[in-house]
Order: sequence, then structure tokens, then C-alpha cells
Amino acid sequence: MGLLSDPNRRRALINLLTRLNAPICGMPVDWLVKTMQARGLEVFTQSFSRTLPFPDENKERYMVKGTNVYGILRAPRAPRTEALVLSASCSPGDENNQAVGLLLGLAQYFRNQIYFAKDLIFLVNEHDLIGMQAWLEGYHHTNTTGMDWTPLHGRGGSIQAALSLELNSHVVTSLDLVLEGLNGQLPNLDLANLFYAFCQKLSVLCTIEGKLQRNDWDSVSGYSQAVQTMMLMVMKQASGRPWGDHGLFLRYHIEAATIKGINSFRQDKTDATTIGRLLEGMYRKLNNLLERLHQSYFFYLMPSLSNFVSIGYYMPAFGLLAVILLLRALDLWVQLVTPPPRNEERVNDIAQSCPGVLSILIPLVISHLTGVALYMLPVRFQEMAVEHFPVSETEAVVLTAIAVYTAGLALPHNTHRYSSEGTEQGWRVLKLVAVLYLAVLLGCTALINFSLGFILALTLVPVAAFVTPHVPKVLSAFALVFLSPACTLLFSVFFYQELQEMPVSFQDGWILYLSVISQGILDHYLYGSLVYPLIALLVYPCWLLFWNILFWK
Amino acid sequence: MAAHRCGFLPPLFILCALSVLTVTWTQETIPLGSHRAAAADSKPTDTKSVAQTTEQLAVEQRQWEATEVEEATSAAAAVSKQDNSSPEDVVQTSTPKPKDEFQEELVVRPLHSGDIYASFQFRTLWQTDFTRERKVSHYGLFPKSLGQVISKFSVRELHISFTQGYWRTMQWGQPFLSSPPGAELWVWFQDTVTDVDGTWKELANVLSGIFCASLNFIDSTNTVQPTASFKPLGIGNVTDHRFLRYATLPREIVCTENLTPWKKLLPCGTKAGLAVLLKSEKLFHSSFYSQAVHIRPVCQDWQCKTASWELRQTLNVVFDLHNSGQGKREWSLFKMFSRTLTEACPLASTSKIYIDVTDNPEGEQFELSPATALLSQAVVLGDRRTFSVYDLTQQITFGTVRSLNVLMRWKSSEGDMLRPLLHAERYVAGYGLQTGEIHTLMYNNHPYRSFPVLLLDSVPWYLRMYIHTLTVTSKGKDNKPSYIHYQPSKDRVRPHLLEMLVQLPPNSVTEVTVEFERALLKWTEYTPDPNHGFYVGSSVISSLVPSLVALDTNSTWQRPLFSTFFPCKEESSYFVRVYTEPLLVNLPTPDFSMPYNVICLTCTVVAVGYGSLYNLLTRTFQIEEPSPGLAKRP
Repeated sequence: MGLLSDPNRRRALINLLTRLNAPICGMPVDWLVKTMQARGLEVFTQSFSRTLPFPDENKERYMVKGTNVYGILRAPRAPRTEALVLSASCSPGDENNQAVGLLLGLAQYFRNQIYFAKDLIFLVNEHDLIGMQAWLEGYHHTNTTGMDWTPLHGRGGSIQAALSLELNSHVVTSLDLVLEGLNGQLPNLDLANLFYAFCQKLSVLCTIEGKLQRNDWDSVSGYSQAVQTMMLMVMKQASGRPWGDHGLFLRYHIEAATIKGINSFRQDKTDATTIGRLLEGMYRKLNNLLERLHQSYFFYLMPSLSNFVSIGYYMPAFGLLAVILLLRALDLWVQLVTPPPRNEERVNDIAQSCPGVLSILIPLVISHLTGVALYMLPVRFQEMAVEHFPVSETEAVVLTAIAVYTAGLALPHNTHRYSSEGTEQGWRVLKLVAVLYLAVLLGCTALINFSLGFILALTLVPVAAFVTPHVPKVLSAFALVFLSPACTLLFSVFFYQELQEMPVSFQDGWILYLSVISQGILDHYLYGSLVYPLIALLVYPCWLLFWNILFWK
Repeated sequence: MAAHRCGFLPPLFILCALSVLTVTWTQETIPLGSHRAAAADSKPTDTKSVAQTTEQLAVEQRQWEATEVEEATSAAAAVSKQDNSSPEDVVQTSTPKPKDEFQEELVVRPLHSGDIYASFQFRTLWQTDFTRERKVSHYGLFPKSLGQVISKFSVRELHISFTQGYWRTMQWGQPFLSSPPGAELWVWFQDTVTDVDGTWKELANVLSGIFCASLNFIDSTNTVQPTASFKPLGIGNVTDHRFLRYATLPREIVCTENLTPWKKLLPCGTKAGLAVLLKSEKLFHSSFYSQAVHIRPVCQDWQCKTASWELRQTLNVVFDLHNSGQGKREWSLFKMFSRTLTEACPLASTSKIYIDVTDNPEGEQFELSPATALLSQAVVLGDRRTFSVYDLTQQITFGTVRSLNVLMRWKSSEGDMLRPLLHAERYVAGYGLQTGEIHTLMYNNHPYRSFPVLLLDSVPWYLRMYIHTLTVTSKGKDNKPSYIHYQPSKDRVRPHLLEMLVQLPPNSVTEVTVEFERALLKWTEYTPDPNHGFYVGSSVISSLVPSLVALDTNSTWQRPLFSTFFPCKEESSYFVRVYTEPLLVNLPTPDFSMPYNVICLTCTVVAVGYGSLYNLLTRTFQIEEPSPGLAKRP
């Protein structure tokens, strides 16, 4: 590998990097087009616009307009059937400028090489994920989120793999690999292995979840670090949001990861040349692939970059939790079909108390309507909320969501007025339905996004198992609220901060919690993340059923 | 032999060196050696005088020589036709007519991207009839292997191409002869053939052996019979598409093993002539490589009383500025092919190199050395091009060093390419492994003329096309095709065939979309690398594109006024075939890994074992009383 061993080339790259150090207002589209063309690429642009459902206060954007620039390096004698993508997002300010510089340097270097068999697409996307979403939708000509974009005019066939770059400084101490994508999808494990292998080869420090690997596995501290890393991965995966620009590729069955440069106060620094060599190595390996990456695992958790826990190990843990629900359901079924001890006076009771369909249907329908309200109202009524209350749009959405959520708790008292058959059998049937519902729901969730399913199972299964109308009301109500999805999210925020070794006070945690809710809703509208509708339309109504059972009369 | 040579000297040469020609005309019966000597004797004086002339004179001369000689695709054909109709024909008839003839030429065109395009054409003409005479056994220049193929399989026309890479129309303009990535074969059979499919299959297998390619994978699942897109290019008026077969193998990888048998078909092999340049280590260090063989019957003379067979071997290659040229815009024969030329093929009647100097009329873009006085003009693909010509049959071409290394050195890199009037692209839209959508985009970049195109799509059966979802839109409006021929696929038997005639409005993009469903294959039908995906061959777009020359009303070319009022027919439009890129489509693929196999095997064993055990346990066995025979029944 001779990347940048040539002094001229290195000088060119350094010039480029220093030039990009100057703050840029907006994306320099013309300059990028010209620079890419000068490097012998076929350059195309795509403009897009998107109005967010409500302002994103974290990134300070509401009406987004931007342009993606991408250059295609056509592989010699290749029929345009396969492509690899290297992307770097370019945003106002010098947030990610080094990545764009490195991308251009690599493009120039790769252009003179003869070994490429797949087209290489160098993509500079504006407005990070929104730009990426526009580009991917344009490339595959789909429109899942109602974004406006201009059609693409250059393509390289089916994309086999993609890497996104995030570099803030021209030297880094370590490289962090980000794997978690939209809806908790992960790329093939071989992509992580590839990165790890090249980091080892070039002796670059590499991390996952920002945690360095330790060699002392058998010691307590080593073990606890591995657990922390894995818990971080679980938390990130459960959030269902793309944790890097790569996250949106996974929907299109494109193996992708983000490589993030981290510059801490360590002494050993790695320069851009080494990162370039690392990327060159990775791209040459990906270029040599005959098939898509498919040999390794798609479902895994990583306690460190060189170790993984496969689906075969973690799924039984979830299975055991789910078995509780099934056993409880079996128990309820047996109770329902076994006739009670024969008492003359009770016979009439049984005949009367055979619960009708209505007594189950009404709680089910009401709780689901609450779910629909939770899903629809926050975004629909933000304008009205802004008019009547002194809050911003984002606050209005989040507070409406919390209000609807809380209002749902008041419902059980209402449902019984219409179903007068609030009997012993009635709550059993309802609980049987609710328990089976929860089991199916969690099972499906865990298959798609294990972490989310597991966290929900951890909190909801105990509640589902113990709740009856006969347990102490106040204590149980407190436990039920404590373990409800919203509180789970709140604890997750604190837990995540703790794992990140950045603990927050309760005040900051609450603000963070509100912003997490707004981000979750935005993720759904912008990228099609499924966590918000899942919680609002299915998990929350299911939890309401148990709430209903607790207050059964 | 000498007479034959003289008779076929092309007119441009006649115009250029009149003095030389007069010598050869008068001495037409002298042996070859003396003819050469005479040419060599008289030529230096000619070039000297050329060198002495001023630039103005050169310009004047250039205008004098500006005669339309040929169109590159049918260049030699035009030459031969003109030759035959020219007055020398009378002289020629007195001598015995040549049975066969060989011509070779190389066209080099600098591309605006900085890359360079080299196109070889070798043409062998043989006046014989494979069909009438029972056995043709004496072969001269025509390769015997192909001659036997023609007579055995009653082939009327055969076109085969092997291409590695995709022609980048937007960067490079139109190629002289286009071909899709991979292998393409289309054959017209004689109408005497009864079992066309059987013959086609056998022919593909034979060609597979001749060209060392996997053409044996051509079977009924990738063969179609286009009704309109592929018409015979040679003489003959049979256009019944029952005798036409067309197949592409987009996955075919073309390399030296295909080049070697192709080179062996040449009369001189690689020993002499232009074929010396065909060294695989350079040809396959390029951006695009394509080799083809076209066999067709052509007219012997303008009256078309007798037919002769034409074998045209073409090889197109594009060298990359950055990879092959080290980023410097300086090209020479040696840099491209790592060889120089020392002689023409002795068997060739003409042997020429054409350098496209259209963008360089005054030599301000690049300088060409050694300089040549010969210029030629031709209307190629609707565009009038000027070429510098090096005639390899003239010793003087090789100069004192006895070797020719044409060198082009650029002074500036300015200049814009005209956007190609027609180009197309294709892609698969959608995600997931259940459905998808094929989008074909056809661009008409003509400012004010619309023209019709024929689109041919052949899609394998495992993409189940929903033809009711077919939409053709241009400029946001529905564009109804005037002709649609659709043949549905049959699983595992034949592919979809979709042909349609679409009118492309001026300056527009026409989008053709069809939805499809991905079929689940049987487990033995997957390739050894199922996760690579499955290929769908290129769409073929055939069209008569309005010529740029015909639009050029404000022509600065000094042409007689009587010829410029009405645009003449041959220039008003030209035929172009554009191929889109092939598609790579992923089908739902089972996990073929070890655990999967173990699960499958275990499940089968368990199912069989459990099933038979359960059967044994639950069945009640009874002894059935033998029923009394029919005879005893009352």
C-alpha cells in the first residue's frame, strides 16, 4: 500500500486539509464539484428539501434545504453493476471538514489505481442524515418519508457496502466504530472484523462505543468494562435511531458503518495518512468481495471490538423472560376452564359471570384509541398548543405526548361503567388476552430489534406476571407506573449517561429526557424509525390493559 | 496481384497523390516490387513539396481533399462500392477477378475526457457461396473455422461481441460500433433451416469452442426472437423473425483467452500489420475493451448480381488518462500498445491509420507527429469528422527509422463535447427482496427534434414482470408507445421479451418503468455465489437519430450551393444502437451455510423418522377377507 508515500500527493492532501480548515458557510457545492471533476470523477449533484414536522431544537433546523454532491469513480472495465460508497457529511462550520478533505484525497489516490472492480461513489452529504436519506431514496427511487429531492443522474449499480467518515481534527488518537443503524439494524459482523483487522495491522487504537478493549478479561474491572460496552450497545440499539450516517444504508441491505475519529488528550496520535491507509485497505478488501457480506452474523452484541455475543447466546435470555408470560397464560387458561368447587349458590353466579366479548373488547379498543391519540395528537395539535400556551413547537409536541400518556392512566375507571360484568372471570380473560398479546408483541420486537425487546421485557414481564385486582392497589399502581414504558425511557436516559461516564443531574436529565422524546418522534417522521409508533400504538395500549386489570372492580 | 492492388486504391489516395497514381495506372501489369519501388521513388518529392508549401496552401489543400469518402461503420463497404463503380473497373475486368480480399484500419479518436479511443477494423471479403456449393474446401484469407460454421449451420448473418466494461456515452460520445457488457450473439439463419432452436443451440456450443467463451450457457431461458430491433445488416430480404435468435450473457468475463482465438482469425495473425499492436497486457489495462465478429453477405458490385461474404472483425479499446496515461495528455501508439508499426500486413489491400483531428483543425489543440498530408473527411454518426490518414502500404509512412509511432501531444485541454443526442440508463428501484421496479431512462438531447426509438428488453423469468404496471412517461406526461410486442415468460423455459416503439420528445427524458416480483428459486437453481445477485442483460435501444450535420444550415463548409438546400437523406439521420447497463438483482436467497444445511438435514431425518413411526403406531392392521370372484357372484 503506497498511499501518500509520494511527497507530492501528501502535500496536495495537506493543502486540501488546511484549506478546509477555514470555516465554510453552507456547503461549497461549486468548489466540491470542481474539485471532484479535477480528480477525474463523474460528478453529480442532488438537491433536496424537507420541512420537519416540528423544529429540531438539538440541531436547530426546521426547513431544510441542501445539496448532495457525489462523484463516481468508474472502475475500469466494470459494467456498472456494483458500487461501494464512501461518505462524509459536510455541515456549516468546521464540524466534519477533515473527513471531506480525506475523502477527496482518497478519491484522487484511488483514481490512479487500476485494481478497482466496483465503482466507487464519493458522497458529500449536507445536513447529515437528512441529506443521506434524500440521496438513498433518490438512488433507489423510493419515497418513504415524503421528502422532496431531485432525481439522480448517475448511478453505479447495486451498492455492496458503505462507510461514513466523521473526522474533526487532522490527527486522532483513536478511531471509533459505530454500527447501530435505523431500527437497531446492524451491518454484517465481518465489516466490524475488517475494521478491527486493519486497525491491528496499522496499530491504530480502535474502540467501539468509545470504550477501549482491555486485555484482562478475567479481572473484575475488565469484565465490568466489557459489560458496560455491551450495555451501551444495547441502549443504543434499543433507541432504534441511526447513530451515524451509515444507519440509513442498512434498510437497503447495504452493509455500512461509521468510522469516527476521536481526538483525546493521549500522546500517541494517528495522522490522516494512516487513516487513509486504513480506508484504502478496507476498500480494497471490499472491492475484492465476490458476494455481498453475508458469511458472518447479522445479530450480535459486542462486549469489545474483538469479541461478540451471538444471537444463539442472548436469545435464550429473552426466551426465558417470554416463557414467564406463556406460563402465566397457561395458568390463567387452566383457571378459566376448571369449574370451581360445586356450591349450589355459586352455580348461578358462574352462569352469569361468563364474560362476554364486549367486556374484553371495550378495554382493548379504548386503550388502543389512547395509543392512537398518543401517536397522532402531539404533532397534529402543536399549532393549537403553541397558540394557547407559552411554549415552543418542540416543547408543545413533547408536552402533549406526556399529557396524553398521563391522561391514559385515568381511563380504567371509565371502562367499567359500560361493562357491568366486572367479575372474577372477566379480569382473567382480559389478562389472558393481555399476557398473550404482550408475549407476541415482545417476541416480534425482539426478533427485529433484540435490545428494545429485551429492555421492554425486563420491565413489562414482572408487571404482567404479578398484576391482579387483588394486590395492594397503591403499591402496585406505583410499581406499574414505575415500570411503564415512559419511565423506562427516563431511567434509560440516566443509565445511558452513567454508562457514558457523563452522569447528569436530575434537572439536566429531565431536559435530556424531553429532547430524547422529541428526537424519537423526529426520527420516525424523518427516517421512518419504528420505535415511536411501536411504543405508542402497541406497547403503551398493552401496558394500559394491565393498568386496567389492576383497577378491575 | 498488382492489378488488384491498383484497382482497390481508395479515391482519397487517388486525389492526394495524382502523380503516383498515374505511374501505377500505366504500369499496372508490372510486378508488385516495382510498383512499390515506383511509389517510393515518387513519394519523397511529393512530401518535400508539401513541406515547402505554406500554411495557407495546406489549408487550401485540405479543402481540396475534403471529399466524403466513407462512414466509419461501413467505411470499407463504401470504398469498395465506389471502387467498383469507378472507371478503373473496366481495366480490372480484363484480369481475373480476385476471390478474396483483406483490409485493415485503425481509427484513433481523442476523447474530451482525456482518454483515447482506438478502434480496429479488419475486413475479409470472399466471393464464394457457402450455401450453393456443397463443400467449400479451399480457404484463402477467410478463416476456415468460421467458414465451416456458416455452411454447416446455414447461417445467413452472425454477430458476436465480447465486451468488458461499459461504454460511457456521456463522457465519450457514441462508439463506432456499440456492444453490451458481456457477450452478445445474434444470428439470422437461412430460411432453409427447419429446426432453428436446435441449430441455434448447436451453433452457440460451437462458437463457445471457437472463441473460448461460455456461450454454451445460451439456452432457451436467455434467448429471444426480437421482432423489430435486429434487422439483417447484409443483403437479403428475409425479415421473418422466426429465423432470428438473440442472446446476451451479461456475466461473461472477457479476457485474453477470448482475444487469442479472435486474433487467429486474421490472415496475418499478429505477425504483421495493425494486429501487431494487439497485445493483451495493454489491451486489458484499459477502461473499456470490446471485440466483435460480424459475418454477413454483401454485394459484390453495385448491381448486386453476385454476393460475397464479409467477415468484419472489430476491436474497440479506450485507454484511461489517469491509469494508462499517468495523467499526462500525451498519447502515442507506443504508449497505448507498447508497440510501434513497421509494416502493413502483406496480404492486406489497404492498411491505414485514421486519427480524428476534427477538434484540431489548425493544430492548436494537439500536435501530431509525424505529420501527414493526407486528410480524409467522413460523416460518422451524424457528425462530420476530419481524419489524418497514415497509409501503411506506403513505405514513406514509416520514415527513415522504418517504424511508425504516431504521437499526439496536447497543448491545451479545453473544448467541450457535444452532448450525445441519445443515451440511456437503467436501474432497479425499491428495497427489500420481494418486489422491485426496473426504470429505464432514455434521454433525447436534441434541441427541437423528436425521434422514435425501439426499446428491447429481455428479462429473465425469475423476475416476474407485472406488465400491467408498465408506464412510459416523458416530461411528466404519459407517452403511449405506438408499438408494443410483449412475450410473457415461462418459468424455467423462456424470458420476458418486451419491445416497444416510443417517440422521444425533444430535449426530454423518457422513463419506462415496470414492476416485478422476485421469484424464489429451487435450491438447485441458485448459482454457486447466490449472494452476488443475478444479472439482467442490457436493454437495447435502436434508433434513427437526426443528424447534427443536417441541422447545420449555417454551414461554413465550402460545398456547391446546389447540394446544400435540401438536407440529403444519408446525412439527415443515422442509425444508433445504445445499450443500457446490465442490472444486478438480489433474489431471496436461503442461507446456504453449514448450520442451515444441518437444520435442513436434521429436520428431514426427524420428519421421515417421526412420520413413519407415527404411521406405524396409529395404523390399525386388519386382515382383509379375499372377496369372492366375479364369476361366483350371483
